[in-house]
Amino acid sequence: MLMELWIAVVVASLSVYSWKILGSTLPERVLNHPKVSRLATFLTVALMAGLVGVQGFVDNREITLDARLPALLIAVVLAILRVPFILIVIAAAATAAGVRFFF
Amino acid sequence: MAKTNSLLVTSVSVGLATGLYGISFGALSVAAGLDVWQTCVLSLLMFSGGSQFAFVGVIAGGGVAAIPAAIASAWMMGVRNGFYAVAMAPILQLRKLQRVAGAQLTIDESTGVALSQADTAKQKFGFWATGISVFVFWNLLTLLGALLGELMSDPAVWGLDAAAAAAFVALVWPRLTDSPIRVVAILAFAVAILSSPYVPQGIPVLLAGLVAVAVWAAVGLRNPESEC
Repeated sequence: MLMELWIAVVVASLSVYSWKILGSTLPERVLNHPKVSRLATFLTVALMAGLVGVQGFVDNREITLDARLPALLIAVVLAILRVPFILIVIAAAATAAGVRFFF
Repeated sequence: MAKTNSLLVTSVSVGLATGLYGISFGALSVAAGLDVWQTCVLSLLMFSGGSQFAFVGVIAGGGVAAIPAAIASAWMMGVRNGFYAVAMAPILQLRKLQRVAGAQLTIDESTGVALSQADTAKQKFGFWATGISVFVFWNLLTLLGALLGELMSDPAVWGLDAAAAAAFVALVWPRLTDSPIRVVAILAFAVAILSSPYVPQGIPVLLAGLVAVAVWAAVGLRNPESEC
């Protein structure tokens, strides 16, 4: 697990860096096309929404509703209220921990 | 001079605020199965919050088997940084070694602060000051978070699994600015959940990414002239 993870950490980091260096090298017109930047926005949002789904509603490849559900509802409400990131994360953790402790 | 000082204050406070969520990254990364060192190296080398959360999120679900999907997710999540680099290149005008360092600091926050400044000198200063300040706080607080995470033997008892999902809620919510984006988010969310029982771990997030490409292509075909 350890060695494979180390390789993964380095490869993934280089792959993210490749965007940063590529963007600073490419001529502006290639990446600055509105359609291309729209796809980048879509991709970012889709991956984040997919991660909410997988981390909030799946457990060991099974669709699962548990203490994470009330935690996520709280997170959505706080996100609508524009509460800072760190408070949203703490409130969600506290909600899930509380639900598990009391029920 | 007073203007530069206030820009410096902005840069440092953005760094501190961003660093605070480095604590949650550190704790979640350790809960996902990475060790403290791997967690810190991710923050140093990858240095892009969204990609880092995506990487450990996919590892958390699938372990070693999900490594290729974790790398692919981090890579796709990092595409934003390429666009920031395009926007910053004409402002920064960097050469060789400077460009290597500047590229690493090209993230949401440094670009955001820089582009909100009025002239080139302030844009440059804002980019470097914010980039360096985020880099310092992000890495220090990742270490703190990772050490705290090690103290928690069962992440679920502390609600860390819910915190991981909530982190993405907080990241994605401000980005849902128009209807096509909301459609992408809802479809991606549904596809990731519904495909989970049928495909190996890690793949549902990549399928969610495919949703983005499909909606983008569909909107493009319907209105070839639109910006979308």
